Amino acid sequence: MAQVHLRKVVKEYEGGVQAVKGIDLDIADHEFVVLVGPSGCGKSTTLRMIAGLEEISGGEIDIGGTVVNDVPPRDRDIAMVFQNYALYPHMTVYDNMAFGLTLRKFDKGEIKRRVENAAKILDIGMLLDRKPKALSGGQRQRVAMGRAIVRDPKVFLFDEPLSNLDAKLRVQMRTEIKKVHQTVRTTTVYVTHDQVEAMTLADRVVVMNHGKIEQVGPPQELYHHPKTRFVAGFIGSPSMNFIPARLEEVGSGLVVRMTDRAVLPVPAARTARYAPHVGRELLFGIRPEHLTEPHPNEHRPSIAHFEAAPEVVEPMGMETLLHFWVEGHEICARFDPAVEVAPGKLAAMAVDMDQMHLIDPKTDLVL
Amino acid sequence: MAADGTLVAGAPAAAGSGRANTMQRFARRRSTIAFLMALPLIALIGGLVVYPAGYAMWLSTLNRRMTANIGLGNFEILLDSDTFWMVIMQSCIFAVGAVIAKALIGFWLAHMLHHIPAKGQRKWRGMLLIPWVIPPALSTLGWWWMFDPSYSSINWLLNIFAVPAVPWLGEPWWARFSVILVNVWYGSPFFMIMYLAALKSVPDQLYEAAAIDGATGWQGLRYVTLPMMQNIISITVLFSLIVTFANYDIVRVLTNGGPRDLTQVFASYAFQVGILSGNLPRGAAVSLFMFPVLAVFAYFILRGINRRNKEQM
Repeated sequence: MAQVHLRKVVKEYEGGVQAVKGIDLDIADHEFVVLVGPSGCGKSTTLRMIAGLEEISGGEIDIGGTVVNDVPPRDRDIAMVFQNYALYPHMTVYDNMAFGLTLRKFDKGEIKRRVENAAKILDIGMLLDRKPKALSGGQRQRVAMGRAIVRDPKVFLFDEPLSNLDAKLRVQMRTEIKKVHQTVRTTTVYVTHDQVEAMTLADRVVVMNHGKIEQVGPPQELYHHPKTRFVAGFIGSPSMNFIPARLEEVGSGLVVRMTDRAVLPVPAARTARYAPHVGRELLFGIRPEHLTEPHPNEHRPSIAHFEAAPEVVEPMGMETLLHFWVEGHEICARFDPAVEVAPGKLAAMAVDMDQMHLIDPKTDLVL
Repeated sequence: MAADGTLVAGAPAAAGSGRANTMQRFARRRSTIAFLMALPLIALIGGLVVYPAGYAMWLSTLNRRMTANIGLGNFEILLDSDTFWMVIMQSCIFAVGAVIAKALIGFWLAHMLHHIPAKGQRKWRGMLLIPWVIPPALSTLGWWWMFDPSYSSINWLLNIFAVPAVPWLGEPWWARFSVILVNVWYGSPFFMIMYLAALKSVPDQLYEAAAIDGATGWQGLRYVTLPMMQNIISITVLFSLIVTFANYDIVRVLTNGGPRDLTQVFASYAFQVGILSGNLPRGAAVSLFMFPVLAVFAYFILRGINRRNKEQM
């Protein structure tokens, strides 16, 4: 097991296109780090550079105290789980899992012990004699993980391992991966475009965009304290609402004014932080879960009330999503399913201003 | 009941149209349509394959003047002839030697091509396919000039490097080597294109997984590429064995079976005996000897493919 350090890592393709633009990242021993971002953000390229499947154009990658820039994948002591599993179709499950150990000339007894142990962890003992064709998607996924576990490598690399599974199996395998990590405690780098996967699995999430790291932090920190507009919008589902607003001073306090009718007070605790930006056109950000039906017993001063008529109402079962428009911007609110709402009819809403964000539209930084 | 009455009344009239309906239904059945559409091809195969094969079998049982049936007499005479045993041996050396060389060279070429970036690949692929698209009788003529005892361009080249001239078509083993060489030159592109298609169908991620599992380039070839290509390799080898065994033009043009019938293969020998020497029945008997040999090859290769297919299901 080992630490992984990325220092100013660059990946440049022919023609000067930069897929990764000089990123720095330190991954601690035993840590589970998830690289997340939209497609084309450089997350998979970064993972493949750690694996040695892509050459590093600039910077340094260090695994367990050794700079591995020029070390071939086989000597990096890493194991990887691919999106389409990449199981050898002509080998049985046992041989698939044993292959890496056989090539490394492990003793047959030791190979058997390790494969059986991994099969036990993953509950695939009864599949060892089968060929990959005879396995379901979920079973193949387990075998791919088994192949990584038996090697007992310094680092596990996962490249979107769940994206080929159906929604139900994905949730199940997500739990499985977390369980396996808690058992084997191997340093893990996991790539996904799914922020729910990132939030649920990671010790720390690395949000990437356009080949750069936007923010690194524990899931809760990213959710509550995003540093950029991109992170604020990317983390959370449904994503955060952004409405252009003007920050104004009213008496001793501040307000955000979206329209003449929609003026919301800024909590007193944030007055000092936002004071330098008074008079500026900013973006007001609020998550749908902080835009709800009013609660009669909730008397915090930071709760502001207003009314709006939703144009679309989406009952999801555990919640109901309301969509309405303010100044041409679509806003999503998250209501308790017990509250009766109908499209076109005014509904009372409460917004928790303690959870608000103000974003500078010029720098896209959260203030 | 009225409904029953109508049915009974309608019954006699329905009997006549019933037969027409059955015919219509028969004509509309998918299997009938499929059969009718395949009929031209069946007729073609019947006329060009089944009939000549049957005729050859019948022919092989006749005497030289084709006036009497002598049963297996032609086959007995052939099996007693040293020349014929030499032809069997030469056919096997020719076919097996050429197919192995074609397979190895084709595999090597396919690998080289596979690693050329897509842009340049098409150009090279086109150029490397040229030997395969030139009519072999013509290209063999070209080779014949290059092997010519007096004006051999190959010997001229060898002389430049102070290597003594080689009697390419005059000395038995050199002549055997030469016919195989020309067949390899002609047939390798076919292997190359088949193997290239097979190589392209191996997902890159398998190589990546193998590289991470610790495989060197050779181990990747041994444990990933070859097993993944096994079926294509088998089918290509079988197909090429059949075609090479039945090869006629290269031997005919290059050596005409010589020196002393040492480069004759089944087809050229059958031509020699049947047409040139005017013994059609014995010529037919020679050509029929190819069947059992090819059947044995085909059995083992197809059995292997079947077994692997079942295993991977």
